[in-house]
Amino acid sequence: MRDQGLIFVGLLVFLGLITFPVSYNLIAGKTSKPLELQLPAVEKQCVAPIDYMKTSHMKLLFQWRDDRVRRDIRTYAAYDGKSYAISFTGTCLTKCHTSKADFCDRCHNYMGIQTPNCTDCHIDPKLIQRSGE
Amino acid sequence: MIISRKRFLQVTGVSLLVAAGEKLMGAFSGVVPSEAPAPALTARRWAMVVDLPKCYRKEGCIKCIEACHAAHNVPKFIDHALEVKWIWKDSFENVFPSQENHYLAATFKDKPALAFCNHCDNPPCVRVCPTQATWKREDGIVMMDWHRCIGCRYCMAACPYGSRSFNWTNPRSNIAKLDPDFPTRTKGVVEKCTFCEERLGKGKLPACVEACPEKAMAFGDLDDSHSQVRELLGSRYSIRRKPELGTQPEIFYLV
Amino acid sequence: MFMFEKALVGGRRYWIWILCLLAVIGLGFLAYLRQLSYGLAITGMSRDVTWGIYIAQFTFMVGVAASAVMVVLPYYLHNYKAFGKVTILGEFLAISAVTMCMLFIFVDMGQPTRVFNVLLYPTPSSLMFWDMISLAGYLLLNAVIALVTLSAERKEIAPPTWIKPVILLSIPWAVSIHTVTAFLYSGLPGRSFWLSAILAPRFLASAFAAGPALLILLCMLIRKLTRYDVGREAIQKLALIVTYAMITNVFLLLTEVFTTFYSRLPEHMAHFQYLFVGLNGHAALVPWMWTSAILALASLALLIVPGTRNSHRILPLTCGIVFLSLWIDKGLALIVGGFIPSPLGAVTEYAPTLPEISITLAIWAIGFLMVTVFYKITLSVREGFAS
Repeated sequence: MRDQGLIFVGLLVFLGLITFPVSYNLIAGKTSKPLELQLPAVEKQCVAPIDYMKTSHMKLLFQWRDDRVRRDIRTYAAYDGKSYAISFTGTCLTKCHTSKADFCDRCHNYMGIQTPNCTDCHIDPKLIQRSGE
Repeated sequence: MIISRKRFLQVTGVSLLVAAGEKLMGAFSGVVPSEAPAPALTARRWAMVVDLPKCYRKEGCIKCIEACHAAHNVPKFIDHALEVKWIWKDSFENVFPSQENHYLAATFKDKPALAFCNHCDNPPCVRVCPTQATWKREDGIVMMDWHRCIGCRYCMAACPYGSRSFNWTNPRSNIAKLDPDFPTRTKGVVEKCTFCEERLGKGKLPACVEACPEKAMAFGDLDDSHSQVRELLGSRYSIRRKPELGTQPEIFYLV
Repeated sequence: MFMFEKALVGGRRYWIWILCLLAVIGLGFLAYLRQLSYGLAITGMSRDVTWGIYIAQFTFMVGVAASAVMVVLPYYLHNYKAFGKVTILGEFLAISAVTMCMLFIFVDMGQPTRVFNVLLYPTPSSLMFWDMISLAGYLLLNAVIALVTLSAERKEIAPPTWIKPVILLSIPWAVSIHTVTAFLYSGLPGRSFWLSAILAPRFLASAFAAGPALLILLCMLIRKLTRYDVGREAIQKLALIVTYAMITNVFLLLTEVFTTFYSRLPEHMAHFQYLFVGLNGHAALVPWMWTSAILALASLALLIVPGTRNSHRILPLTCGIVFLSLWIDKGLALIVGGFIPSPLGAVTEYAPTLPEISITLAIWAIGFLMVTVFYKITLSVREGFAS
């Protein structure tokens, strides 16, 4: 085989490229980092059970969205009997999850799923704080 | 104890039903927000009456516009092409082209008139929206769903009054002060006055109505024969914008 | 897939043409990425003129797409054999034109990622919903027809009998796509420039002039570049169709002018005034309109006189000016003119920006690329038999 050297070099390059995602994370020290979520300071109970929220928070948010915007329903009766105002900024963000970067983004980045663009419109309370409210 | 997810959701669902049932029976136990919310304002047909002579008493006043745009995070663009406005002033002749009159009384000639969404009873914008991102509520408000809007701007072409604005670019950088009680919109969606439906739910009148120093704007239920709007319409002559189009606008102007 | 390999064989001229098209598409794509990130503020549209060149091009190309019916109807419904070599070219032109239409709508949307909302939340009262249905259906119809007939031809067998009703369906469907597009505009109570029953017939008339004119030009180009000749009779018949369609179009335009200016309704006159003489000192479109009008009249003269219509030296020029005149009228003036003056009487002028033009040219290039590839495949199949 005349091209033996070329073929082996090509194979090595291929191996390097194909294992790049793994090797990059190893070298940059991005793996084996435990997920740290900044949990809410005061409230211990979410509007729905934690396990449910972990799997289906978007389902709840979509229901909230359509209830509030399209059906003019303003309150949500939670599983524990409490009543919450249906407001992403007012209830979710202001009361509990005050930092998108330290809560939502942490889990989403870990899973490699882009955080939905809710905060493009729904105001992150941190923005108000920064402008000196 | 280990239970399956399905069982857990079943339990949650039943609990929710029980909780809702309790609420229905008036047994309200739980977190109450800092102040007890005022009962929501409801109506069968919301309408507004603008008293133009009262409005003219304060020349150059734009308190209604400022209040509305502040309460709803409406961006301010200097470039007329990119303008976003929910309520504005234009000349009487431009707002009421159907009242074409070379000899218009001095009371109105060259005077401004308020223009905003008419919340028509027969809205062309609702007819043409391909995704029902704008629709007419049962209480008469022509509402917007900014999650669903695809930004086709067909509603803007359909509106005979130029009431709608489009976010040609990201509005955030052009908002002086963010009001946390109302979301902003994103680029690529159409927006307009929504009769402050978020305030109505908290028992408050629209921002413009509250802000007017001359109390020139009246807001109420047309189906309630004793409402302020009905009394005003019953006692004084009123005009509407382009009534010949059959859109049945619900903004009445007293002259 | 679909004899695509036939499009990969070509001479130097062919590949230079393809590369130029790809370059234009690439530039336009970059401009579109910019539009996606910055927003539609990158275009010349404004709060008053909310539809510009994108929707105008869509309106014009729907007409070109619908015009395929002018070759399909005589050939399949009336057995007009002379169109035997040109029908499939018309169908491929229709496929390319419909694709361009859908692309123009897509680049005009403020939130393109939400485009499927139109199907998820169907709204029968909205003409835009029906437009999506009819355009998608027409694309599917023509794609199936072209694929089946060309495949059968290549295998030298008759096409399956079930294709005949499909072809017949495409005839009224072609009329429907342009009627639905006209209805987008002609049902809006606040836009007096468009609020006319004659808009739909006028759309069809101008479509049946512009489409076949383009088809004639393409056939003459093919005749020059290859040995494929659709035949003199086919070209002449197409030219006759363009003639009658153009006469109808100009006549319908003049009826609009009469109704507007005899009734002297101010709101109706204002749009024509802006376009042809200017309004409140704004007159950006005036030279365009008079060019379109003069070209239209010149084209009528050249089309009606049999001597010039039958001359294959003059006919390409005639088709060119028909196309250009109608492109200005429908692909620019109609949409922009409907928005000026605004419902409150304001005159906000519109001119497309460089990124907007770049994206527009890219979509045109995609259309040309599709036509090139389809025609290359078709000619390879047909010339394969000739040689």
